[in-house]
Amino acid sequence: MKSLEELRAIREKMQKQIDIRENSADDIRVVVGMATCGIAAGARPVLTAFLEEVAKRDLKNVTVTQTGCIGVCRLEPIAEVYVPGEEKVTYVKLTPEKVPRIVAEHLVNHNPVTEYTIGAAE
Amino acid sequence: MKELSLHLLDIAQNSIAAGARHVDLTVEEGGGSLSLTVADDGRGMSPEFLAAVTDPFTTTRTTRKVGLGLPFLGLAAEQTGGALRVESQLGAGTTVTAVFHSDHIDCPPLGDTASTVALLAQGLPEGMELTYTRRTGRGEFRFDTAEIRAVLGPDVPLSEPEVAQWMRAYVAEGEEAIG
Repeated sequence: MKSLEELRAIREKMQKQIDIRENSADDIRVVVGMATCGIAAGARPVLTAFLEEVAKRDLKNVTVTQTGCIGVCRLEPIAEVYVPGEEKVTYVKLTPEKVPRIVAEHLVNHNPVTEYTIGAAE
Repeated sequence: MKELSLHLLDIAQNSIAAGARHVDLTVEEGGGSLSLTVADDGRGMSPEFLAAVTDPFTTTRTTRKVGLGLPFLGLAAEQTGGALRVESQLGAGTTVTAVFHSDHIDCPPLGDTASTVALLAQGLPEGMELTYTRRTGRGEFRFDTAEIRAVLGPDVPLSEPEVAQWMRAYVAEGEEAIG
């Protein structure tokens, strides 16, 4: 059973890492579109997959956030990846299965997965 | 939308967009019906906007002129012989209630409410709290982000992936116990 005790343990662990994190100016942001179009197209499991993958790899410099409609509803689910100093990359028609590759290749190794991007889809 | 919990996720985004400080989600089952309620204390709607709010060509979206969230939910409820009710007052907030006849063949499954609640909590803007209440014939489960934040303290946000995973598992187990 999940207990508040377990949540306290997560807090203790995170608090130890906060000092390291505050010093990093190289935070990567993943933004998932969560408007009606995104949700209907399957954005919920995609967002869950990003959170799972980032937690599993313990990526302290990545924040996963949500936004409304990105504007290209027919290509949902969409996620935008912002790496400081690099061009924004827009991934389209995502599935949970595509997420681990984006996390490994783009967020960790800084090589965007070109075949999943909006440029490849258009 | 294949699951009612996806509607819940969708409609609750409106409360976030309305600048609410609190949003209360309720899922109640029993007596052959299932009701979803999303109640917020956001900016509310004018009587004119409220009267047209289930029209797909009414929206607050800026990217296009079509808004399908409430129309989808209303259609899903009506297909089961149920109904959608939207009450709102400018400056006070909005309450959306959808009632489904759960034994109707067109009633979608409730689905993964735990993911919906965890992801909403994960994406909550600063200063906003969410509660989730699930009632079945076997009891009640309640989740409140204010309680979770009290445990986490000021340094660890709800947006942390590990916290989101914990919330999802916590809600899933709490609901299973009364399912």
